[in-house]
Amino acid sequence: MKPAAFDYVRAESIDEALDVIRNDGGDARIMAGGQSLMAMLNMRLARPHVLIDIMRIEELRAIRVDTSKVTIGAAVRQAELLEWPSLENELQLISLALPWTGHAQTRSRGTICGSIAHADPSAEMPLALLALGGDVILRSARKRRRVAACDFFLGMMATERNDDELIEAVSFPSTRGRRCAFREVARRHGDFAIVACAAVATGRGVRLAVGGVADTPVAREFDGLEGSALTDALDAFAYELDARDDFHATARYRRDLVRLIGRELIEEVTR
Amino acid sequence: MTRMAAGQRHRLRFVLNGAAVDRECEPRMLLTDFIRHEIGATGTHVGCEHGVCGACTVSIDGRPARACLTLALQAEGCEVRTVESLAGGPDRLGVLQAAFRRNHALQCGFCTAGILMSLDTLLARRPDATEAEIRDVLTGHLCRCTGYAPIVKAALEAAAELKGETSREPVDA
Repeated sequence: MKPAAFDYVRAESIDEALDVIRNDGGDARIMAGGQSLMAMLNMRLARPHVLIDIMRIEELRAIRVDTSKVTIGAAVRQAELLEWPSLENELQLISLALPWTGHAQTRSRGTICGSIAHADPSAEMPLALLALGGDVILRSARKRRRVAACDFFLGMMATERNDDELIEAVSFPSTRGRRCAFREVARRHGDFAIVACAAVATGRGVRLAVGGVADTPVAREFDGLEGSALTDALDAFAYELDARDDFHATARYRRDLVRLIGRELIEEVTR
Repeated sequence: MTRMAAGQRHRLRFVLNGAAVDRECEPRMLLTDFIRHEIGATGTHVGCEHGVCGACTVSIDGRPARACLTLALQAEGCEVRTVESLAGGPDRLGVLQAAFRRNHALQCGFCTAGILMSLDTLLARRPDATEAEIRDVLTGHLCRCTGYAPIVKAALEAAAELKGETSREPVDA
């Protein structure tokens, strides 16, 4: 339960970090808050030769607001975002979902971007990014690119990020003037979600995103549906997620939660 | 940029319980092991070593953190506090510790050091913490002896005492 040996790089600029991942590629791992990665290192599920600590890079610490979106740098900790005075106004969905991410003792060090990079299927931040239709900003020594959340999550803990890329920031569309709702069922507050749902009012209807069921969070538009048409659509969605039985819950229970919470949230944001 | 090679010891400086630390360690050394084996401060306990049980919780720059999910080298320049910082002196108990004792908020004591540090950082930031906030912080800890209720009671009592609503004589350990 101790990490295998690695070189430790304390990067002071983005360019320094990018140089190391360009040279060491898949043998190098970026570490931000370390709240997922350190557990994997301790259990030796990850054995990088180089660990690049990006938390001292000043330019990654910013929360930037412009007219339609909020951009959160890779070194912004979850606890810092929770204490950001504009959070409820600008990103209501995050203010609802973030208290469910880990515990106070891990949010104090864990980052928003780190949770998105880790891409656990039951994690709240990937779910919220997908529900809001946000982007991941990836940077390598050669270029910078934006990837939409719907193209970023490829599978369980697998993302579109290449070995030579750093998640520089994520950008969430502002929720000002849009209704949002979030609900999660877990064995204990802060444990991994059995099912987590996020709903966001769109111009035409509601986007419902579900985490904890499929290998990635999945979003679906529910436009102008009511009564039995909504019931049927939610039922079809619940089956499409291809829930599996596991140690925590049965597939059937997960489908039930998707139908039940999904309807509650859709009604909540359209009421 | 500083690249510290695997298998070699590198300089590490931080403040532990108010005293400057200036030592060396390998990159892969966890903060738990550094505090216990290099410093010899064994108040911080090691439980699961993957961030689940909360026994190793310490305060880093005033926030509760899992020392087992933190490399010692990440503490460079930080202010770290452990359970050893809570009592006013030898054979004394701090306010939280005394409340734990009065309320039987511990039995085997293995989880206690971490829980005390989580509650200490909570009450420092939120002197008016509600029972719900206390319970929320406790979700980050596993205690198999107490059933948690006495811990909640002790925390509420300590919070009231720290705000000066009740006062007690210093308690011997």
